[in-house]
Amino acid sequence: MAKKLPKTDVVIVGVGWGGGIIASELTKQGLKVVGLEKGQERETEDYYMAHDELRYAVRYELMQDLSKETITFRGNEKMRALPMRQYGSFLFGDGVGGAGVHWNGQTFRFLPYDFEIRSKTIERYGKGKIPADMTIQDWGITYDEIEPYYDKFEKMAGISGEENPLGGKRSDKYPTGPMLHSPQMKMFKEATEKLKYHPYTIPSANLSEPYKNPDGISRAACQYCAFCERFGCEYGAKADPVVTVIPVAKNTGKFDLRTHSWVRRVLHKDGKATGVLYTDLTTGEEIEQPADMVVLTSYVFNNVKLLLNSKIGRPYDPASGKGVIGKNYAYQIIKGAATGFFENKKFNNFAGAGALGMVIDDFNGDNFDHSNVNFLHGGYLSLTQTGKRPIQTNPIPSDSATWGKEFKQNSLKYINRTLSIGAMGASLPYKQHYLDLDPMYKDAFGDPLIRMTYGFRDQDKELAKFTATKAKEILQEMGADKIDAMDELGPYDITTYQSTHNTGGAIMGADPETSAVNNYSQMWDMENLFVVGASSFPHNSGYNPTDTVGALAYRAAEGVVKYSKDGGLLTS
Amino acid sequence: MAEDNNKEKIDQESLSRRKFLRNSGFAVGGLAVGGVLGSVIPWGTDEKEPQQAANETKNYNHALMNFNQVEFQTVEAATERIFPEDENGPGAQALGVAFYIDHQLAGSYGFNARDYMNPPFFHGEKTQGYQGRLKRREIFKIGIREMQNYSHSKYKKGFTDLTADEQDTVLADFADDKVNITTVSASGFFNLLRSMTLEGVYSDPLYGGNKDMQGWKLRDYPGDQMNYTQVIESEEFQQIEPRSLRDHM
Ligand SMILES: Cc1cc2nc3c(=O)[nH]c(=O)nc-3n(C[C@H](O)[C@H](O)[C@H](O)COP(=O)(O)OP(=O)(O)OC[C@H]3O[C@@H](n4cnc5c(N)ncnc54)[C@H](O)[C@@H]3O)c2cc1C
Ligand code: SF4
Repeated sequence: MAKKLPKTDVVIVGVGWGGGIIASELTKQGLKVVGLEKGQERETEDYYMAHDELRYAVRYELMQDLSKETITFRGNEKMRALPMRQYGSFLFGDGVGGAGVHWNGQTFRFLPYDFEIRSKTIERYGKGKIPADMTIQDWGITYDEIEPYYDKFEKMAGISGEENPLGGKRSDKYPTGPMLHSPQMKMFKEATEKLKYHPYTIPSANLSEPYKNPDGISRAACQYCAFCERFGCEYGAKADPVVTVIPVAKNTGKFDLRTHSWVRRVLHKDGKATGVLYTDLTTGEEIEQPADMVVLTSYVFNNVKLLLNSKIGRPYDPASGKGVIGKNYAYQIIKGAATGFFENKKFNNFAGAGALGMVIDDFNGDNFDHSNVNFLHGGYLSLTQTGKRPIQTNPIPSDSATWGKEFKQNSLKYINRTLSIGAMGASLPYKQHYLDLDPMYKDAFGDPLIRMTYGFRDQDKELAKFTATKAKEILQEMGADKIDAMDELGPYDITTYQSTHNTGGAIMGADPETSAVNNYSQMWDMENLFVVGASSFPHNSGYNPTDTVGALAYRAAEGVVKYSKDGGLLTS
Repeated sequence: MAEDNNKEKIDQESLSRRKFLRNSGFAVGGLAVGGVLGSVIPWGTDEKEPQQAANETKNYNHALMNFNQVEFQTVEAATERIFPEDENGPGAQALGVAFYIDHQLAGSYGFNARDYMNPPFFHGEKTQGYQGRLKRREIFKIGIREMQNYSHSKYKKGFTDLTADEQDTVLADFADDKVNITTVSASGFFNLLRSMTLEGVYSDPLYGGNKDMQGWKLRDYPGDQMNYTQVIESEEFQQIEPRSLRDHM
């Protein structure tokens, strides 16, 4: 029998950006919040030995231990799904702060087009432009409606940036100015301006200058230390839930944060959530935490896993396209990129910051005419300078040896003589791409793992080819002597890192038939349950997701407070 | 200063010990007679070594936790072919890569402690990643033996007795799956060997490779610096003396 604790107002499952924002907003409003986090406590002092590529970037010190839990993967429904036994394509956050501890901090808003993608695509190109099994749908929120929440997230995090000339309208400028420009970035800027594109500095959560946010939290400026993504920031400069929203929640005295607490079920009765069941990993004890409201902020996979294992909502059926839990899993198409080799230059490639770089949006969203291309949407093209660390970065020309004398010679020569143009291609959903429970493989508690069915489609292949061509063109303009660009995207491969930009599975919308949550991230089928995170994205845009995750979390927090007062399904 | 004095003392000791072993006939032509003594004599046997040793502190980290000696020597030879000494500077052997690999395999990485190792095991598509039940330390043990067997069947000699070109051929045959073995994936073993070689060359010296940060120096990598704010805007390449985590203590 599980031990039953006294009831609280709200219980939050997972304390990363989503959970941290919800906790700070709700406790500020006087609600009593319990935060359950399966991983450990984290603080800036932990990162004293952070500049260790092997430990953090290669051995994944800060990420979820896969021996306890992973996902299974198959490229299509005919394949047997097998567990992701080792890390590759994406990384699971773990511990207080979640993946927000070790993200880069590239903080982009989605485009107005994204939120009304179906209507706007049909309006401009007609229904025929959308492939029959592509399940893009409007988000049930417009850019203008989400804008104030973007602003809120950006001010809390202190985002450093300058206005995107092709982005949606801003109610205010970024709270801090753009990051420094390196010679590499200047080359990108000049080249893209010559090509008549619209370069701007990547909006950064690394902090270009010291900053005090509206919650009264002060942080130091980024030191461009080059150990950012996959690492914790030893300066507390990078916006991370642990140095922003979580202390705010703690200071209210209303936040009870419990680490080593692995939630296994959302408990419910008569269509309402009653609390959660979790295991205290330090004692093995099963504990029931009753609550008036439950918020899932446990990232895409665990949000969906908890819903399915708790038998909440209507599971998605890929044959009929009916049901919603697990629907519209999408990702990010980033391989349509190119690398340029500069024989007579030597760059300080070892220096950088997680969100340092320049970017253009000329080929993102519907910022260009798609009449003559065989794909929808697009992606940004960028030059980033995050610090080329030596184990993982050994650039060599595509036609050269990968080990031995020639490899050594080339990798030493080119490490400071290469620049890459990356693409952040949008990933649009298909009827056959979804998450469900694996029939075979289990986690450490015997609960079924999430099974992912996902592969690259013609849409993705065409998009990647397109962005690779543009990347090559920019490198040519920058004066590269030799350019290696992606030729063919190939199948989706879970073994190579691409991005931790997984989306969908509990998507938002205006219609309960085709979406799991409304635009407050409130479950249509269980009104006191909120499911927050990129799981609510109906598709993934040509940008990194976290600005949008943060914005939707602020809106969800507003929803929870409203619900706590008035009850019922919230309307906008 | 105190440290320096100490260093000299240790070197004196190891020198005289080495001399003793050589003069007393336990060692023939630099090769130890008998298995036990082999471990007390440094393996490098060319004449310039005592000179070198005189300038170095004895490295207590350079002993084995996982490999036996033959395995160690095979790995040392193979990693040296993957990252050879050349006009740019030291290769894997001088950087201590084989010690690095030995130490890693003895710990959680060798035991796949943080990987999902639950059964059942099925053969999957390449895109699904590693699906074997073997742990890295087992893959190494078997892979090394297979490399020895392959060397014997192809050249009638053990891997360490082959010429550099012959060693390259063996490694290339493993890399390209031209070796007919069923115990481990030949290319899987090679890829693991290759990636661990690069780790040993470039990880912080704290792990036993990248001796004296020489791996970093090869590519003008400054290692663990606190801050590059002054470097970011610089038009010139900045040559910075590397620092390791040891310097951060
Ligand atoms: C290396 C890297 C770089 C990135 N860079 C960028 C970038 O530049 N820009 C950008 O926009 N995004 C980036 N991201 C993505 C970004 O980190 C995520 O979008 C964001 O952190 C997600 O926040 P979240 O709160 O939804 O989930 P998470 O941060 O994953 O938090 C979920 C938390 O829930 C906990 N949890 C899960 N299941 C349970 C359970 N059953 N019980 C209890 N607790 C549970 C987890 O331990 C975790 O702490 C990056 C990600 C990585 C890994
Ligand atoms: S690059 Fe800047 S923000 Fe990132 S870890 Fe280093 S100091 Fe912190």
